[in-house]
Amino acid sequence: MHMPGNIVATSSATGKSGAEIKLHAQGLSKSYGTSVALHPIELKIRSGELLTLLGPSGSGKTTLLQLICGLVEPTNGRLVIDGKDHTETTANKRDIGVVFQNYALFPHLTVQENVAFPLQMRKLDAALIRTKVQNALAMVGLVEFEKRFPLELSGGQQQRVALARCLVYEPSIILMDESLSALDRKLRETMQIEIKRIHRETKSTIVFVTHDQEEALALSDRICLMNAGRIEQLGTPEEIYERPASTFAAEFIGITNLLRGHVEGMTLVTAEGVLPLPPSCRASNGERGALIIRPEQMSLVAAGNCFLSGCVTESIYAGSETRVLIALRSGAVFTVRRQAGQQLLQLGSEVGLNWEPRQSQYLKS
Amino acid sequence: MADLAIAAPASNHTSRRGSAFWLVVPGIVFLLAFFLLPTLQMMSISFVERATGDFGVSAYVKLFGSKVYSRVLGTTFMIAFQVTVLCLLLGYPLAYWLSQQPARRQRIALMFILLPFWTSPLVLNFSWLVLLGRNGVVALVMSNLGLPGGDDLLFSRTTVLFAMIHTMLPLTVVTMLPVMNTVDKRLTMAAMTLGASAPQAFWQIYLPLCMRGVATAGLLVFISALGFFITPALVGGRQETMISQLIITQIQQLQNWQLGSALAVVLIAAALLTIFLYDRIFGLSTMSGGQTAGSAEGKLRLFGIALTKRVGGFFSRVGEVYGRTIRGLPARKLLSAYCTLVIAILLFPIIAFIPMAFTEGSFLSFPPKGLGIRWFEAYAASPLWVSATLRSFAIGIVAAALTLVIASFAAFALAKSSSRLAGFAFLLFMAPMVVPPIVIAISLFYLFAQLQLIATDISIVIGHTVIAMPIVFVILLATFKGHDWRLDQVASTLGANRFQVVRRVTLPLVRSGVVVGFVTGFLQSFQELTVAIFLGGGLKTTLPKQMWDDITLQVNPTLAAAAVVVLLIVIIMFVIIECMQPRRT
Repeated sequence: MHMPGNIVATSSATGKSGAEIKLHAQGLSKSYGTSVALHPIELKIRSGELLTLLGPSGSGKTTLLQLICGLVEPTNGRLVIDGKDHTETTANKRDIGVVFQNYALFPHLTVQENVAFPLQMRKLDAALIRTKVQNALAMVGLVEFEKRFPLELSGGQQQRVALARCLVYEPSIILMDESLSALDRKLRETMQIEIKRIHRETKSTIVFVTHDQEEALALSDRICLMNAGRIEQLGTPEEIYERPASTFAAEFIGITNLLRGHVEGMTLVTAEGVLPLPPSCRASNGERGALIIRPEQMSLVAAGNCFLSGCVTESIYAGSETRVLIALRSGAVFTVRRQAGQQLLQLGSEVGLNWEPRQSQYLKS
Repeated sequence: MADLAIAAPASNHTSRRGSAFWLVVPGIVFLLAFFLLPTLQMMSISFVERATGDFGVSAYVKLFGSKVYSRVLGTTFMIAFQVTVLCLLLGYPLAYWLSQQPARRQRIALMFILLPFWTSPLVLNFSWLVLLGRNGVVALVMSNLGLPGGDDLLFSRTTVLFAMIHTMLPLTVVTMLPVMNTVDKRLTMAAMTLGASAPQAFWQIYLPLCMRGVATAGLLVFISALGFFITPALVGGRQETMISQLIITQIQQLQNWQLGSALAVVLIAAALLTIFLYDRIFGLSTMSGGQTAGSAEGKLRLFGIALTKRVGGFFSRVGEVYGRTIRGLPARKLLSAYCTLVIAILLFPIIAFIPMAFTEGSFLSFPPKGLGIRWFEAYAASPLWVSATLRSFAIGIVAAALTLVIASFAAFALAKSSSRLAGFAFLLFMAPMVVPPIVIAISLFYLFAQLQLIATDISIVIGHTVIAMPIVFVILLATFKGHDWRLDQVASTLGANRFQVVRRVTLPLVRSGVVVGFVTGFLQSFQELTVAIFLGGGLKTTLPKQMWDDITLQVNPTLAAAAVVVLLIVIIMFVIIECMQPRRT
């Protein structure tokens, strides 16, 4: 959980050579008076990637986004875009598009005028503006709505207009601030696919802010997990899910079963008993840490010959699988996934939990 | 005013629709009886020949035919127009600045701005009379600085404009502010990220979005200015005579009702014409905050967009040049300095009364000669002043209570109903705001003369209730519309009976709105002069009427002492409002 203040995200951002760096935040930080919204961070975003800033509210992700688009001035650090220092560039002179949380469509302008706005600001020729607006509206499937006002559209349509308004001037970086959070689940999933498609077609660099880990996993090339104004972990969705760098990362992404304790030999002594550590891990005697086992890596066995045992407290049916909640002796509740078609478990019945130690993970706390 | 919408009622209690609507009836009956019908009756007199009693239009022939009258009409419109334009230009930056402040600071600043407004235009203008006089402080400062003309500040068009703008600027600001407060700040941010410079974002996005508020402020200021008489009477010369002064002369001194009422008809016609234009351009429902998207192809809209684009582009270039050359002065600091200055000027005349009241000399002067409480003693010893103060206080309480009851019922009904009659009721309740008080006053004068109710307290109470109705109604409508009625439903599902729901849930939540409504009604009555001039006769004078008589007959520092008392009461009322602000945010 604990990381040094000045995080250098090395895992793969700098590691992979060849990929061009589109945007580089060098020690960028922001404080309001004495409260620190963002500690100095180091972040390199590759050209053409879809990077998600993921984190709970107050983690600094929106501050970082505002720093990138120039709506907020950094307290310290530099912002380099395409190798050029843009720290001092005002928002309107940066080649960045932003899709705001509640879309921020201009209510007094029609759909067509909204989409034309950025082109007019760039003093494009009227005829060119017309064709570009048409193309952008066609891309989001809203051509027939061009004469409507934003308030006459549904949430999903407004979202598309906001997207079109951003795509129309082909900014090389697109920032999306919780852009899908106001939509219902179905629509959100449709829009996620749409954004992936547009991302592929336009080859633009997209920075997507969300607090929804599922959305982050579904959309991203890479996820930048943030917590309390710092970068917690940076990596591909698989990396973060399978090899969380901290208990925060493990708990924030996916369902995690976690037990804390201290190391003795190759075991962790916890309130639930002595558990084996994964063979590959390096831990020294006496240090405190946590063992993490994902629900799909656990199997339910008869009570007795097993690592842990507990009572079935809840069984949640979710179609393709059933999630079983098991209360352990210490009071901790673990989640186990069961494939559909398996025998139902009686609530209150005693069960045992087993897993392959090499599939579990140990994190020093 | 901006959060209301008659077009789209906040709650949709389909099952109960209309059941609460009858609550609006007392208000409708009251306004028909004491506002609409008397006004129509009074208007009709202008078409009755005095000598014969037959139908005739001689009054209008005289009005538009004679040079004297047509010049007064021209002067009135010109002054009202100039005041409106200047109020909007001067008030807009102030309202904008306020909208950028955090909620609490905004409320405090607003109180400073409203202090002179509620302390009554009478006190303000009287203060200018002293301050700008031949021996006033301004003349003194000007002569010390070696500036000419300091001894000739009063009784000119400029002074009238200045004093009227000073009086109406608070109204301008409070009308514009709610709309500005609702403009989403992210929209200008969005414009910037889309490539707009700060001036372009302002002109093309921000300004159009608060245009409704600007237009509403313009409408209210113009109509109030049309009916103004205190300022031109006190600090204006013969050249600045306005329609309302003529009405007073015709009716009070010459008993010429035909001509007086014809003048009132002209005022009403002008007000209606203004409202008609406003409706054509902005839609009347925007006055209550309803969204009228209008047609995308509207000529006016397209013109507006093209215009703001031009202006935005122009200022964008100006900004670039400015940024390159004299970058030293940040616009934000300039704006703050401007607003501080304006607020200081707004407060100056009422603050100046305090030392003037504590003078030892026998004349009102600023700076005062010696300090003492001589004139407060004179005030307290004068049965005339004391009884006027007490009467004003009592009338204020009764009028505020009556207004509050009627307006609460109506606002409650309108907030919960989507009846088609709601639109009509809304217009009726707002109508007294767009009819100059002088017209309401003489209409009631005519009515109460027939009923033998002139010079009674009840007649003044009724007049004040009519005048206070729109503003109190708007405050309560906003309160009830802002109230989440689902909470009441929740309370009843939790087992509360109807009475308990009101007492434990509804009232605590709407309390601050109700108190603000009451205080506003009280202040409206407490500083009201026009109705008191016509309906209060002889000994039945209110405090403003007593001041008015004092100013026109003899001027002594007792008046300043009385003004300080008024100021104190207004401040107490403000403190009450501030204490009622809910702590949760």
